[in-house]
Amino acid sequence: MNVFLETLIGGLLAGTMYSLVAIGFVLIYKASGVFNFAQGAMLLFAALTFVSLREQGVPTVLALLLTVLVMIVGALLIERTVLRPLVNRSQITLFMATLGLSFIIEGLAQGLMGAQVRALDLGIEDVPLFFGEIMVSQFDLVAAGTAVALVILLALLFNKTRIGISLRAVADDTRAALSIGINLNRIWQIVWAVAGIVGLVAGLLWGARQGVQFSLSLVVLKALPVLIIGGFTSIGGAIVGGLIVGAAENLAEAYLGPLIGGGITPWFAYFLALVFLYIRPAGLFGERTIERV
Amino acid sequence: MRKTLIATLCALGLQAGLPAQSWAAADQQFIPLPTYRVGPYASSGIPWWAGTLDYLRYVNEVEGGVNGVKLVWQECETEWSVDRTVECYERHKNGLDGAPVAFFITHSTPASYALMERGHADRIPLLDPAGGRTESTDGSVFPYAFPLLLTYYGQASVGINYIAQREGGFDKLKGKKIATVYHDSPYGRETQAAIELLAKKYGFENIQIPVAHPGNEQSAQWRQVRQEKPDWVFLRTWGVSTPVAIKTAARFGYPVERIIGDVWAGSEADVLPAGAAAKGYQALAPFPGGADFEIHKRLKEHILDQGKSDLKDPSFFGKVYYNIGLVNAAIMVETLRAGQARFGNRALNGEEGRWALEHLKVDEARLKEIGFDGLLQPLELSCADHEGGGAARVQQWDGEKWVLVTDWIQADRETLRPLIDAKSTAYAAEKGITPRDCRAEG
Repeated sequence: MNVFLETLIGGLLAGTMYSLVAIGFVLIYKASGVFNFAQGAMLLFAALTFVSLREQGVPTVLALLLTVLVMIVGALLIERTVLRPLVNRSQITLFMATLGLSFIIEGLAQGLMGAQVRALDLGIEDVPLFFGEIMVSQFDLVAAGTAVALVILLALLFNKTRIGISLRAVADDTRAALSIGINLNRIWQIVWAVAGIVGLVAGLLWGARQGVQFSLSLVVLKALPVLIIGGFTSIGGAIVGGLIVGAAENLAEAYLGPLIGGGITPWFAYFLALVFLYIRPAGLFGERTIERV
Repeated sequence: MRKTLIATLCALGLQAGLPAQSWAAADQQFIPLPTYRVGPYASSGIPWWAGTLDYLRYVNEVEGGVNGVKLVWQECETEWSVDRTVECYERHKNGLDGAPVAFFITHSTPASYALMERGHADRIPLLDPAGGRTESTDGSVFPYAFPLLLTYYGQASVGINYIAQREGGFDKLKGKKIATVYHDSPYGRETQAAIELLAKKYGFENIQIPVAHPGNEQSAQWRQVRQEKPDWVFLRTWGVSTPVAIKTAARFGYPVERIIGDVWAGSEADVLPAGAAAKGYQALAPFPGGADFEIHKRLKEHILDQGKSDLKDPSFFGKVYYNIGLVNAAIMVETLRAGQARFGNRALNGEEGRWALEHLKVDEARLKEIGFDGLLQPLELSCADHEGGGAARVQQWDGEKWVLVTDWIQADRETLRPLIDAKSTAYAAEKGITPRDCRAEG
């Protein structure tokens, strides 16, 4: 029973790390209906910027603020040079634009800051904590706490501020939002900046675990099943989806893996996502699209 | 304005696309290099190619080429992808401007597999030091494939031999538990048959735990390690899965001193991201790290200090990947020397390159002469043995640098050979190949 509980708790905590990545996707999807293929590259760019600044001797807090600034400037540039010229184009056009953007950001990141692997020490010890016989990772607890704090902040931003209400209006009906004077370009700038900052948080936590290197951009692969399960338009859904994926893949690896050869975590998450697609195509918390035919 | 911008971009693009060396002559030896300086594996590729190019430059500029034959090379950027490596091979297999190709160094086990039949058909030897298809050690079936230095079976055997050394003898392995945590890919699975054989021979329990690509979350695997309580863990990961494994092992309370990484889990890039958790971690090293070898002094004097190095960041001088590049380049150069001893001091073609490789002998005296003593193991290849060395040293991470803790440890090649022969015989039967008679070829 202890092993089951430990696996379950460890999986749930690991899932919050996936949720952190998925939230960045949700923000942009909500605002523009576009799946941002460049989210992984943004995450890599943010973490690399922070580590490079630290290597130059910039104090941690200042490096964090400067990285936030870089992500905001980056969002403004993306909106001005990539998104604005593509207003009113189809969603697939915007998606392809984000695909191209991901290559540019990855190339820029490596070109400007180097390709070598960097260590990132956030001062959070990755040591085991024991609750009775159940072992829990201290680092995972901090990551889970960060995810919860981020969700609360984003909930406040979107529910209690004028910007958030504008964003929700754009997400509900873009044309209606435009007709009442909401500035779509400004909304996109804000959303991409917030997604960049969320990417920074996720990049720092994943970077501390695996080092800051190119493969950081691959962590988005973990976010896809989370989004399918939780829904592409719900931040809460990203959290729940992350928890489900984390718990399910850890339990599957522990109990199903030995029966079928192990190493099943990546495809099991996608298998689960397919099951959810069959039962609930919009995900647990996603908005169902109703169209007049 | 717009036209000027486009023209400038085109010019820059053309300039960037030009290879480092583009011209060759028939009396020069052409070496195609499938490199990966950008993309996911750039962190290892950049120092690796710097090591290779620095040594080739040293040979050209200080030694006047290989017995007077200048080396000319051209890079193909592959991002370590198989299709681009195959394209690079096809583009360059016939040489450059009349300069012939004596061998093609694949730098990738998947690419070695993909090129196996093409190399055979084109009579161009494929080199993949410490990688490649293990059964291609048998040159009677695979005349153009050279997994030289240390095959994957050899890596498993050296790992077990080192564990036996630490335990106080092979008899002490009986009843021990040795877990292999491996990248769930053909590379990771390649050692399974060898470890199974060694487990039967020495009586240890063989536990195999796969980690799916890319391996950035390994709680389930290390929870299993914690439950199984193995005496040793043989870590056969790659890329990001190595630092994540080391950190996750620490999180689950598994002592890092009991983890032995294989060849491709033993560079600075594998341990630096793991921070303090990696202190005490050990890894097999057919390419040891360090800048104190004789060749480094020569390169520093003639290449680095003269501003001719390909290394943009000098702190990478002597790092594991830089030294891999050096060792690979030394093998290429010594192969050419071996061939020239037979065919004369001129550029060699693929068939002559194969002969050279099968007669390559680099002994201790030669290693001292070329400054690679301690960095490269003695090598002796033959028609029947395309591996040649079969040894590695063990290095340990002290928190800042790798420290060599053993001399060369030889793999148990006699035990492994029947396994290799069985696999090569099966391959020959599948492909309808009649094996060469290596005894007749001397």
